[in-house]
Amino acid sequence: MSYDAALDQNRDAAAGNVAIRVRGLTNRFGSHTVHEDLDLDVMKGEILGVIGGSGTGKSVLLRSIVGLNKPVTGEIEVFGERLNDLSREERIKIERRWGVMFQDGALFSTLTVRENVMTPMIEHTKIPPQLMRELADLKIRLAGLELEAAAKAPGDLSGGMRKRAALARALALDPDLVFLDEPTAGLDPIGAQKFDELVQSLSRALGLTVFLVTHDLDTLVAICDRIAVLSDGKVLAVGPLEEVRKNPHPWIQEYFSGPRGRAAVR
Amino acid sequence: MALNSTRFQVETADDGRQVLSIAGEWTVWTVASVEEQLRNTRIKYDAILDVRELGRIDTSGAYLIDRIFGALEGVDDPIEIRGEHPSIGRLLGKVRKASPAAPPDPIRPPGIIALLDRAGHGAVEAWREFLGTLSFIGETMATLGRLIVNPRKIRWTSVVALMEEVGLDALPIVCFLSFFIGLVIAFIGANLLAMFNASVFTVELVGIGMLREFGAVLTAILLAGRTDSAFTAQIGAMKMRQEIDAMRTIGLDPMEALVAPRLIALLVMTPLLTFAATIAGIIGGLIAAWSAMGISPTLFIERFKDVVPEQHFWVGIVKTPVFAIVVALVGCRQGMLVEGDVVSLGRRTTSAVVQSIFLVIAIDAVFAMLFYQLNV
Repeated sequence: MSYDAALDQNRDAAAGNVAIRVRGLTNRFGSHTVHEDLDLDVMKGEILGVIGGSGTGKSVLLRSIVGLNKPVTGEIEVFGERLNDLSREERIKIERRWGVMFQDGALFSTLTVRENVMTPMIEHTKIPPQLMRELADLKIRLAGLELEAAAKAPGDLSGGMRKRAALARALALDPDLVFLDEPTAGLDPIGAQKFDELVQSLSRALGLTVFLVTHDLDTLVAICDRIAVLSDGKVLAVGPLEEVRKNPHPWIQEYFSGPRGRAAVR
Repeated sequence: MALNSTRFQVETADDGRQVLSIAGEWTVWTVASVEEQLRNTRIKYDAILDVRELGRIDTSGAYLIDRIFGALEGVDDPIEIRGEHPSIGRLLGKVRKASPAAPPDPIRPPGIIALLDRAGHGAVEAWREFLGTLSFIGETMATLGRLIVNPRKIRWTSVVALMEEVGLDALPIVCFLSFFIGLVIAFIGANLLAMFNASVFTVELVGIGMLREFGAVLTAILLAGRTDSAFTAQIGAMKMRQEIDAMRTIGLDPMEALVAPRLIALLVMTPLLTFAATIAGIIGGLIAAWSAMGISPTLFIERFKDVVPEQHFWVGIVKTPVFAIVVALVGCRQGMLVEGDVVSLGRRTTSAVVQSIFLVIAIDAVFAMLFYQLNV
């Protein structure tokens, strides 16, 4: 048995290479329709950037995939398993294969950073405590934090450090798939760039599939293999940056040809 | 042994170099089974890593392998790998860079010093708390003074809304509770006093007890639990979301906009609630006396008028503004002290309720001594 599937950079849409498959997703809150018959594929090993104006349901899409939001209709497949059909045990098995990093980190404020990273391990594995601490420290360093941060409470960290700690927790179980909700929002440009590089190098080294919701044009240009544009409840365009830029849709044109867009893609 | 179970083996090759062969799955799910064995294994730093039978591996597995190669003497040579594997090279590189340099155990002072340390911190904290409360009382009084001079600045909408929230909405529970306390007192009195053939004194017991003490104290304790937690949580959440800072930058004084309306609302509503509680308690006593001792309501009320002087009512009601101030100030102050995290919100809410219940009872005791000396 070899560990090659996740590292396969092949962009072929063959069934085996799809990490997430969303079909006919509809989300409605009251009379407000967020998604209408939305389709999207995320390939194994790729970094997919999801963009769209405020209120186009980027975060709702993420929440729907990880099961925090129950869609009205639609099918979501992760690693070939239809999430709706799974039993509790099967679902937990799938959930262990992904990590989620929320926008503000959502670290447990009663625990230290190290304990935060250890939580998924304590819950799901039988690793002895000492090794667990060592592995937690490894994850913290992998996420680009110094070890001094490990014993601190999340409240004592800066925003950028909190995001890194949240990434460390998302990586705790060595997932195959990571969801990042606006990972660079609120970081200074240098911090954001470092975070981008971190995500990219981790994705390459660990063979991660990354589902990334972002507003950050620089992130899109620097690390995303493909981009999906959400608008009017659907995926408007999906593909590599160069391809998406050529799409004549007015929102896309405005997005990439505004001063910020031009500066980023230059 | 199953094909992909985690295992390893150390051999010495013909040229004298050690070979570490690893096989099976080396992931966070499987490494626990070989961890202890691996911890006790020592190999030379120039050993060769044989990965020909290696299955899946992730950072946890790579960390364990790197640990026995590198962590021994801080060796930083790249590991020589034999065999092909799609990811081990990259993983080992990544893990080597992130390997924790020092053992992460925090330094803990010995027990007795830690105890003294905590006691010292606690004492200083209590003193600061006391000073902080004093300064908050001063600040509130100054604000109140300014508002009395310039009553147009009082936020009446907010005051009225809060009066409904802390007063009217609390009315059912306050009356309910007081009713049962009155009932219980009457039953206790009935049994005890019957021994002296004096069960009719139950009227005095219930009347004086409710008027002087229970009406006011019960209401205050209920407000401390019900209203204080709400005040602390509301103001604390605003503090957490920087709403208080925003108010300051706009030129709104949080003392004026948040604390003063709460104080005024409680000052108005606490006496009214106390009055309602007292009436409910007396009705409870009346029903108990009627059902247990056959003292008819008419007789109860007649006797009440004759033997319970009016001053008891005033003794009870005069305490209520003090209780109102205590409850309002403690709740608002603890809310203002909330910091950015959820833990402090919980801690502050708890201490608001604990502090105000403690203060209400302590102040009630002081009042009792005072009235005893004054013979009222």
